[in-house]
Amino acid sequence: MTTAPIADRSTLVAARATELSKIYGQGETQVVALDRVSIDFRQAELTAIMGPSGSGKSTLMHCVAGLDTFSSGSVSIGETELGSLKDKQLTKLRRDKIGFIFQAFNLLPTLNALENITLPMDIAGRKPDKQWLDSVIEMVGLSGRLGHRPAQLSGGQQQRVAVARALASRPEIIFGDEPTGNLDSRSGAEVLGFLRNSVRELGQTVVMVTHDPVAAAYADRVVFLADGRIVDEVYGPTADSVLDRMKRFDAKGRTS
Amino acid sequence: MFRTALRNVFAHKARLLMTVLAVMLGVAFVSGTLVFADTLSNAFRNQSAKSYHDVAVAVTSYADPDKPKEEPGLPTRLLDRISAVDGVAGVYGRVEGFAGVADPDGKLIGVGWSNKGSNFAPGKDGKDAAYTFTDGSGPVEDGQIALDEETAAKGEYEVGDRVRVATNGPVKEYTLSGVFTTEDGAVNAGGSLVLFDTAVAQKQYLEPGYFESATVTAAPGADDAKILGAVKPLLPDTAEAQTGQALADEQAAQIERGLGNLKQLLLGFAGIALFVGVFLISNTFTMLVAQRTKEIALMRAVGASRRQITRSVLAEAALVGLVASAVGFALGVALAVGLRSGMSAFDLKTPNGPLVLSATPVVAAFAVGVLITVFAAWLPGRRAAKIPPVAAMNSVHAVATTKSLVLRNSIGAAVTALGAVGIVAGASTGGDDGRLYIGAGAFFALIGVIVLIPLLSRPVIALVRPLLVGPFGVAGKLAGQNAVRNPRRTGATASALAIGLTLVTGLSVLGVTVGTAIDKMTTDNIKADYMVSMANGGDLDRSALTALEKARGVSAVSPQQEAYFRVDDVYLSASAVTPGDIEKVLSVDVVSGSAGSLAEGRIAVAEETAESRGWKVGDTVPVTFDDDQKATLTVGAVYKDSEFLSPVLVDRKVVDPHETKPSIRQIFVKIDGGQSAANEKVLVDALGDNPAITVMDRQDIRDEFGGAINTLLNIMYGLLAMALIIAVLGVVNTLAMSVFERQQEIGMLRAIGLDRRRVKRMVRLEAVVISVFGAVVGIGLGTFLGWAIGETVADQIPGYALVLPWGRIGIFVVLAGLVGVLAAMWPARNAARLNMLNAIKAE
Repeated sequence: MTTAPIADRSTLVAARATELSKIYGQGETQVVALDRVSIDFRQAELTAIMGPSGSGKSTLMHCVAGLDTFSSGSVSIGETELGSLKDKQLTKLRRDKIGFIFQAFNLLPTLNALENITLPMDIAGRKPDKQWLDSVIEMVGLSGRLGHRPAQLSGGQQQRVAVARALASRPEIIFGDEPTGNLDSRSGAEVLGFLRNSVRELGQTVVMVTHDPVAAAYADRVVFLADGRIVDEVYGPTADSVLDRMKRFDAKGRTS
Repeated sequence: MFRTALRNVFAHKARLLMTVLAVMLGVAFVSGTLVFADTLSNAFRNQSAKSYHDVAVAVTSYADPDKPKEEPGLPTRLLDRISAVDGVAGVYGRVEGFAGVADPDGKLIGVGWSNKGSNFAPGKDGKDAAYTFTDGSGPVEDGQIALDEETAAKGEYEVGDRVRVATNGPVKEYTLSGVFTTEDGAVNAGGSLVLFDTAVAQKQYLEPGYFESATVTAAPGADDAKILGAVKPLLPDTAEAQTGQALADEQAAQIERGLGNLKQLLLGFAGIALFVGVFLISNTFTMLVAQRTKEIALMRAVGASRRQITRSVLAEAALVGLVASAVGFALGVALAVGLRSGMSAFDLKTPNGPLVLSATPVVAAFAVGVLITVFAAWLPGRRAAKIPPVAAMNSVHAVATTKSLVLRNSIGAAVTALGAVGIVAGASTGGDDGRLYIGAGAFFALIGVIVLIPLLSRPVIALVRPLLVGPFGVAGKLAGQNAVRNPRRTGATASALAIGLTLVTGLSVLGVTVGTAIDKMTTDNIKADYMVSMANGGDLDRSALTALEKARGVSAVSPQQEAYFRVDDVYLSASAVTPGDIEKVLSVDVVSGSAGSLAEGRIAVAEETAESRGWKVGDTVPVTFDDDQKATLTVGAVYKDSEFLSPVLVDRKVVDPHETKPSIRQIFVKIDGGQSAANEKVLVDALGDNPAITVMDRQDIRDEFGGAINTLLNIMYGLLAMALIIAVLGVVNTLAMSVFERQQEIGMLRAIGLDRRRVKRMVRLEAVVISVFGAVVGIGLGTFLGWAIGETVADQIPGYALVLPWGRIGIFVVLAGLVGVLAAMWPARNAARLNMLNAIKAE
């Protein structure tokens, strides 16, 4: 495996992919989902991954988050190399170091809001840090609804529970898979606001996959993927700048 | 619409698997029973037709050998007159009785009740038409016998060997003159048959010169009915004649009746199994309909009517039922074949015969399989029809019916209450009427509890939740909550187990309670060290009593001998005993007078009889003995009623002179040094090492009286196993559904850090919770029923007290838990192997 020894990279990096490739199938039916992607996700930064469908943005996130296996290259979360880990160790890694926010909220209907938030700690058999938990709950504005079941909450409230769940265990990094995909724009804006606050005020590292330029505009950095490769990167994006960049993909897609 | 149904069946092959299995097992049980009964009854019918094949007319005597003024049977001169009738080829007189053959180790060959002895009746040609000799020839002298082939083989006897044979008298040694085969039904059913010379057999079983029955063979071309007409006028009042055909038909009908009972019992259990299956099928179709909500709504939107929707679901069910019935029928035939070979493995021999496949089992199999499946799918089908067309437009799918359970619960509570009232009323009424109430009550209570079970599931499972969370952490917590997520489905799944366990527990409570009572009664009443009786349950010879009295170390011996005497022309149930000894071997609780007065020729009377007759100590009773001689007896003692004592006791010296052959059923023996191997040997030796006499110690006696209950319980457990297997399939089914429906959740749990082991554990615990819940409901109801039925028989069993078989109940609960673990194996594996990414993405 080749590594790129850049002196100051390691200090602030929460997760890193190096020469990461993911290939499905063999021979003629071979599909390259990720093609030697190298990327660092720096601590206390909100990174958005964008790209047209089929660009490999979700695959990249799944591989870095330890949800999916990869064909070659390496991935590390903090100091831990993922490539050599067995399922059991990967599970433990996800439990202790990673938080997830899904598009479909994915809350357990049998648990109330608070139980859903503390579920990762329950699984780990750890007592939640009460002070931290309170501040997270307060931040997402769920104080009055902790006893409610998911069915009694609106979509926006459910996703806020999901955000709180991801934050509550103080993971090294949070991955969001289209976290605002199922929400109306107001609720989406709220959730994105929480994520940005968690980065700015609490020093949380967040990586999210999105196709919404407005959502991407909340990020510190936007990474653009196409055909399994990183093609561009924008710091301090605005919705317009992201939209412009996306339009170029469309144009290219149409001409090629 | 039918094509849609067909496609649906193929699309959901895997999900319909458990349904098919359940229907298949039920149908196999039904058709197996029917084919087995048909085959067996055919074999028996052929057997009896064969054994009477050569018999033109059979003559049977009903004379009572104890009546001194009558002839005891058919005299030889009558047989001679019959043989002179036109068309008669031969007349064979028969006497029959018990004859046990000892193997070289001195043990009885075969079971006591199937050891027969008869006479060799050679015709003019020196042959007996009923027996075909494969070796040697028939017994014609005092010291000769012949044995059936199988018995000879079991004892490894060959012609010329000395064989010890026990009849009701002492054991004697005979020379084996021949080995034969016969079409005799009893022999073909595994019994042993010893043939004696006619004079020997007559002396042994009846009286010299007399026969109990005779078979008449016809000359070629002669008409059976004509012979019957000619024979009838020759017979005394105490004899009857029938054609061989009539006799064969009668025997066949009798066998049919006997098998009919067996068939009904087995079909009853098959019914229970199928009833349990209904819940599983209904669950499956409910889920299939729920999954297809959008599809069905679309069909409604494009113009399908409600009836068409319902019909399409029912057609799907019918198709499933059809396939399952076909497989089930094949399995049933295999079962029938297996059952027969299984019976012969247990020495329950049945006559050989071909497998009989009549139309009835085929029709029954398909009718039962298809109807049950369609019936079970009927409610889900109706629910499908109620899906509004607009549901096609909703993005939300498979909305769980959160319809209020209020109506259901009210009905359930009312029906349960009605059932409970019936059961309690039955228990307090007692007797047959009481049992009828309990039966009806049990039916309603079971239905009511099944209706109520979804309601019960929440509080009951909430109760055990701490037990789950404590040792199993988050997996336990989630499992507990998952178990009550769909109360209807959990309820239906648990119901299946509850039904089985209600029956199992009810039977266990009843069996153990009655068994314990009988055991206690036996222990309390029998003081003797040993009880001696005939292996066939027949009468012991007087010589056995004499031998025991003389045996070394024996301190007390008393028979319970039937004493026949009439008071006011009605026979009293009385026993002749040995005064002085009887109270040493059995407990006689004298209320007034003294037991010692028996020795003075007085009688002792049980309290209830004394009361009803108005007898007191010192009263005189005029009696008539069996030989019509009269006497006056004085009441010398009154004792408490006991299961082991007749209502009247008398010194055997008083009755013996009036009876030709005493009827001694049991002899109780007390011996110095009590029970020991050496003492047992002393008794066996004293009895002449007779293989036909059994010597039982106290434990044997207890087993003898109480053992039947255990055997019966085990048979019941075996038969109910089928219902339990189907219930297990139901649990597998429900879990597979749950895992399928919760893919996304399980994927999320895996993503946020629940490892495979704990995913498995979560599914397993859910299964355990559902199973144990069903078991607990069943055990509760079963115990209640067991208690109620027990109450109705309590007054017939002295010392009756409810015994809860905690050990067994504990085993049932543990087994239910294991059932859960077992049922969860496959669904849990699937859950753990779920592809996380697909699961999360899947909407």
